[in-house]
Amino acid sequence: MTDAVLEIRGLNVDYGLGEDAVHAIRDVDLTLHRGEVLGLAGESGSGKSTLAYGLTRLLPPPGVITGGEVLYHPDGGDPVDVLRMDHAALRRFRWAETAIVFQGAMNSLNPVHRISTQLTDVIKAHDPRGTSAARLARARELLHLVGISADRLESYPHQLSGGMRQRVMIGMALALEPKVVIMDEPTTALDVVVQRQILRQLVELRERLGFSVVFITHDLSLLVEFSDRIAIMYGGRIVEEAASADLYRDPLHPYSHGLLNSFPALRGPKRELTGIPGSPPDLRGMPSGCAFHPRCPHAMERCGVEVPVLGVPPDKSTTAHVAVDQRSPADRTVACWLHPVHDDGF
Amino acid sequence: MSYLLKRIVFYVFTAWAAITINFFIPRAIPGDPVQALITRSRGQMTTEAVQSLYVLFGLDKDASLAEQYFSYLGQLLRGDLGLSFTYFPSPVSQVLGDGLPWTLGLVGITTVLGFLIGTALGTGIGWRRGSWADALIPVTTFVSSIPYFWLGLIAIALLTGPDSFFPASGAYDNGLVPNPDLEFIGSVVQHGILPAFTILVSSMAGWILSMRNMMVTVASEDYVTVAHAKGLSDRRVMVGYAARNALLPNVSGFALSLGFIVGGTLLVEIVFSYPGLGLQLFQAVGAKDYPLMQGIFLIITLSVLLANFLADVAYLALDPRTRREG
Repeated sequence: MTDAVLEIRGLNVDYGLGEDAVHAIRDVDLTLHRGEVLGLAGESGSGKSTLAYGLTRLLPPPGVITGGEVLYHPDGGDPVDVLRMDHAALRRFRWAETAIVFQGAMNSLNPVHRISTQLTDVIKAHDPRGTSAARLARARELLHLVGISADRLESYPHQLSGGMRQRVMIGMALALEPKVVIMDEPTTALDVVVQRQILRQLVELRERLGFSVVFITHDLSLLVEFSDRIAIMYGGRIVEEAASADLYRDPLHPYSHGLLNSFPALRGPKRELTGIPGSPPDLRGMPSGCAFHPRCPHAMERCGVEVPVLGVPPDKSTTAHVAVDQRSPADRTVACWLHPVHDDGF
Repeated sequence: MSYLLKRIVFYVFTAWAAITINFFIPRAIPGDPVQALITRSRGQMTTEAVQSLYVLFGLDKDASLAEQYFSYLGQLLRGDLGLSFTYFPSPVSQVLGDGLPWTLGLVGITTVLGFLIGTALGTGIGWRRGSWADALIPVTTFVSSIPYFWLGLIAIALLTGPDSFFPASGAYDNGLVPNPDLEFIGSVVQHGILPAFTILVSSMAGWILSMRNMMVTVASEDYVTVAHAKGLSDRRVMVGYAARNALLPNVSGFALSLGFIVGGTLLVEIVFSYPGLGLQLFQAVGAKDYPLMQGIFLIITLSVLLANFLADVAYLALDPRTRREG
């Protein structure tokens, strides 16, 4: 088994309490391995961001985690459940082990503090014994790491461009050399050129520093290029998880298929972009059975009745390139009645 | 910096305009101060006395309006605001000098305290949104809508009386001579408690409310979430990230309320017969004491301008986005 760094098991997140609660995340299992980039894709409202907030316990009210565990495997230590940490432990865990780059590049920096203050306060919070000169040197180093000149240290956020701000945020995320960096649509607010620059830089940094990345986006084309594995979310559940090459070549879930068909390929013959008919489900009134069945072109009678289980599809368990990799066939899972799963204890 | 210079020029201009208006308005009123004094003494004045009054007020010389205006400006620069009618023959500047410390002491201290306490409470309540502390919000809304002179009347009706510890009027015991000794200071504090309390209660409620609402708004900003995610202590996030930003609108409100210290508490001073500028203004209006009114208006205008200037400076210091550099 590959070395897991973060394991999510049976995570459930609700918004609100009691009868009116909306189930935003349902029974999500997901494993992040050491050094990999795991892409998390889905439409708006599929629960991607909620998952990111949930596993770091940053859910804004009325979000509540109603079940599951998030196991973090520190280097050579016993796994700890993030959801059961006390406040002090959680504070030490945050940023030092798992850092986040948030969606709003523009609003993630406090407008009234200098960049230097915002880079050094996190270092100070986790290592109060260091000198301020050492912290400042580290901040300079971090800016250098993301390609911003050190004289920007004394700037205020409004004096930087959007791309620079997001670079600062990435630099800030790396301040304590975390094992895991969660990126929640880090480049959505930026134009495609800057987007690409930043992603390339991110890939470089990851190769150099060796952290794992959970990359959340609605842009599947980005993920196919930049991530090792991709998990597709729909209606709060993971519906398919596969190595990105496999997913690109041969998506099993009709929803993944639809997502892949909603952007054009760079090479090859022209084909009509189909997209997915209908709109994402309303979390307050989810369809019975498979949440995707009202929009699915292959829907059967069974789909409206039973929720498909996420598991290894029997007919696809050994494709050529998976065998070349040392990955086990279990790395590919799907939740769809088109690919009924063996009863393997799930 | 050039921004600040522009503001200074603006304020100097406004001050000049206010002073000029202050000069012309009394001259547009029919009659003259000597006539007013004659009326006050019910005509029992000799012709010589009337004549000497004209000399005293400088109305014997047949000066043109322009000459008057420039000599007025000159006098103003020397702090000479003319003679008061009510406190005749004391100069207005001396009368103001008597009243100003009481107003600044009572209203100034309570305004600053009200802001500090209200902002601190509002920060806490806003940060712990949804806890029991939210129950205070309807109470503060109610209290902040009470005019403080009314609160003062109620306080006088309920708490003062022949046997009460709280005096109903004045700033110190009439039997005492103002000295910096313990007895006098004790008496000042004793007289100040009730008016201070009424101002504090009603002004604080407003600060609590606005600070609480700003805290709730700011707490959902992305940078606050980031600060939490960074593992900063709860206190550091609350003070350095949430309250620091939530404070900005309150700071300009506070600076403006400083400007109204002099003019805004007329009613409290009347209710408690507190010998500050407000009470003097009230008496001056009743006695048609134009020089005194002019002097008080001038002080009110200048203090509002000064407070606006302070608000500008505070904003420049606290919000880097308002600085027009690079």
